Amino acid sequence: MTFFLQLMVSGFALGMVYTLIAIGFVIILKCSKAFNIAQGHFVMIGGYLGFTFLVTFHLPVWASLLAAVAVAIIMGLLIERLTLRPMVGQPVLAVIMMTIALSVVLEGLATLVWGGEYKTYHGVLPTITLKVGELSIPPETLIGVIVSIIVVIILMLFFRYTRSGLAMMATAEDEQVVQSAGIKVTTVYALSWVIACIVGVIGGIILGGVSGVMIPLANVGMKAFAVVLLGGVNSIGGAIVAGIMLGVLENVAAGYLDPLLPGGGLANVFPFVVMIIVLIFRPHGLFGLVEIERI
Amino acid sequence: MLQVNNIEVIYMNIIQVLRGVSLEVGDGKIIALLGANGAGKTTTLKAISGLLKTEEGEVTDGSIVFDGKRIDRYGPVEIAATGITQVMEGRRVLGHLSVEENLMVFAHNRKDRKEVKGDIEKVFEYFPKIKTLRRQTSGYLSGGEQQMMVIGRGLMARPKLMLLDEPSLGLAPLLVQEIYEIIRRINAEQKMAILLVEQNARAALGIADYGYVMENGRVVLSGAADMLKGNEDVQEFYMGLSVAGSKKSYREFKHYRRKKKWVT
Ligand SMILES: Nc1ncnc2c1ncn2[C@@H]1O[C@H](COP(=O)(O)OP(=O)(O)OP(=O)(O)O)[C@@H](O)[C@H]1O
Ligand SMILES: [Mg+2]
Repeated sequence: MTFFLQLMVSGFALGMVYTLIAIGFVIILKCSKAFNIAQGHFVMIGGYLGFTFLVTFHLPVWASLLAAVAVAIIMGLLIERLTLRPMVGQPVLAVIMMTIALSVVLEGLATLVWGGEYKTYHGVLPTITLKVGELSIPPETLIGVIVSIIVVIILMLFFRYTRSGLAMMATAEDEQVVQSAGIKVTTVYALSWVIACIVGVIGGIILGGVSGVMIPLANVGMKAFAVVLLGGVNSIGGAIVAGIMLGVLENVAAGYLDPLLPGGGLANVFPFVVMIIVLIFRPHGLFGLVEIERI
Repeated sequence: MLQVNNIEVIYMNIIQVLRGVSLEVGDGKIIALLGANGAGKTTTLKAISGLLKTEEGEVTDGSIVFDGKRIDRYGPVEIAATGITQVMEGRRVLGHLSVEENLMVFAHNRKDRKEVKGDIEKVFEYFPKIKTLRRQTSGYLSGGEQQMMVIGRGLMARPKLMLLDEPSLGLAPLLVQEIYEIIRRINAEQKMAILLVEQNARAALGIADYGYVMENGRVVLSGAADMLKGNEDVQEFYMGLSVAGSKKSYREFKHYRRKKKWVT
């Protein structure tokens, strides 16, 4: 029983990080109607940034986070201005191709700057140990959960209560109406890329602290993708529930199924199997917004 | 306040839709712009509001002047800032947002944040029917409620000139009357000029000061609203009345003869 609970708890922690990354995905999807193939690469860059600021520069954690966020903001603005702005009005497929190109560029950049090597800063993140009965929460995961929850809450408040948040949601619905309201859609786009980069980078720092950084860390983008499909492509609330679900499933599968199979590796597949089954019965995902149609 | 001087509009560099349209809106006036389907009414409004540029349309000739400033080269965001708001054809609600959020979106650029709350209440004063629906998802409102909401939404920008595109579209006659009454009140109380595009000539001329009739991308007739109401051609083609007051077919021969007379 303790073993199971332990798996649930660390699964929840992992799931929160997936949620965080998936929100970046959802925002780009809502605003630009395009899948951002490079979302996982933002995470990978985040991991490397974590290494640079925490280990190379010996900055304290808060300063490292702030510095990484600053880099993420610049990155988001540059990406929007240089690669996506010229694509406005182009077919969605072209935008997706552009994000594929972007992912390749980011991979190249990581190789150039960090040599594409495995870097780790395990133990550098502050350790908060929490013991509830027999249950102990691994320290790096706890700080990860706390940061993820804070960022997710900030984002939800942002969408609900700020002018820019409202402008983003409105832009997702009807670009022309939003422009007739005097809102600059290019600003909204830039903001959406900035947010996608910030959540990706923060997620990367957390994941890097747990298991180190390598270029393949970018594959976590696939998990975020699964979260988004499972939760419903345009629902932030759905991303939260689905992220946690996927994290828990993955961990429980790793704990119980992997030992049964020689070689293991089932943990990584299992969440996708669940995703496929859910999508068969609920094509809009668990919480997807349905198209409202009225004549 | 607004002068449209002989503008031509071309979509995607090849499709010419407006072939020299001129009209004028004076301070605080209600001006009706009438015409059959495809005449170019919506295009005229989009040329004024700049939304044309979001559809690969372009004003290729002529000029649009608002409050002494030439605005035909401006984009929609800059034009909105000069005090023009377009309420687009077909309601265009932001369906997943609530009624109140829809209103707030149009207050985005307002500097006087404190007065925005008061303006929301003012919108609900004009349209009491949607007050109780303020937290509802707007996509599920009835057509009439949505139309009220989008007019109210336009008010939130506090424009000097509102471009209203077919507010009666798809509404029952009684509701059309009600909405027109409110438009008249808004015009009088807010001192807001309104350029009103309509198929429903009777309703529009009922509240307008002056009217223009468009056909094939040109203005073919214009005059004081009372004069237009009494005009035989307008009665026949846009109010569904013939001279004798009975319904008449569009395909009748006389229709073409009269039309010819206008165009030349
Ligand atoms: N974005 C566009 N691209 C190409 N052609 C367009 C575009 N928008 C409108 N048109 C064409 O311009 C002409 C005038 O259209 P417009 O929408 O201005 O007419 P309208 O007078 O508003 O008609 P209705 O009463 O049916 O709304 C039509 O022939 C239409 O096909
Ligand atoms: Mg029209």
